[in-house]
Amino acid sequence: MSLAVEIASWALILAGSFFTLVGALGLVRMPDIFTRMHAASVTDTAGAGLLIFGMMLQAGFGLTTLKLLILLGLFLFTGPVVTHALAQTCLHEKIEPLLAEEPAAAD
Amino acid sequence: MRQISLLIVLFLFWLALSGHYTPLLLSIGAISAALAAFAALRMRILDPEGHPIEWIAGFFLYLPWLVLEIGKSAWVVTKIILNPRLPISPTLRVVKAGQRSAIGIATFANSITLTPGTITVAVNGNELTVHALVREGAAGLEGGEMDRRVRAFEGRAG
Repeated sequence: MSLAVEIASWALILAGSFFTLVGALGLVRMPDIFTRMHAASVTDTAGAGLLIFGMMLQAGFGLTTLKLLILLGLFLFTGPVVTHALAQTCLHEKIEPLLAEEPAAAD
Repeated sequence: MRQISLLIVLFLFWLALSGHYTPLLLSIGAISAALAAFAALRMRILDPEGHPIEWIAGFFLYLPWLVLEIGKSAWVVTKIILNPRLPISPTLRVVKAGQRSAIGIATFANSITLTPGTITVAVNGNELTVHALVREGAAGLEGGEMDRRVRAFEGRAG
């Protein structure tokens, strides 16, 4: 494999790892379940996406890359469904989201 | 038309996942694709929602823009998470979806959820309840760029 592809691949994998870590950090720092979901979505969009693109460059042009692409598609289609189901369940169980104060325009 | 298309897509999917191309396995693959297509036909799920061939072209035109948008908002959320003061202002806001069809509204709702910083928590007709991490996050959604692009994508499907 050429050096340029190797470098690009590792840059993508490292960037993906960075976003995955940031998502995990956000999961700990956020105050309630709804804001935590926002942090988690960094991991499963930017994190997973960049990791998969990095792995595609490692695998080269072939069946493995195609399978990785199908996997990414699966993430992009199922991710929002799961997030939405989780949010719906929280509302249904009367778990109220923590909301910010309205801006001072009211007074 | 839709049956033939589903059969081809299923067989191509089988080929991609299998990786074994001997005559015996290829014919088994073709038979399983045909059985799955027949089952879909019998279950009456072979409709524009179950196998949306009309949407393919528009989808691939919309996808690059969505990926770019996901990248941008992932970066915004990353900066918020790494900021020591954690500058969040969680907001709930009702956003009207401008799409006509169920697929269009679902695409818009899922696109909102996919971009970090905004989540569609409830759908009622064409009214989406969106939870945003920061107040400005949900402000641009109603009648915004994403709504317009999903409507264009819907228009292409006819």
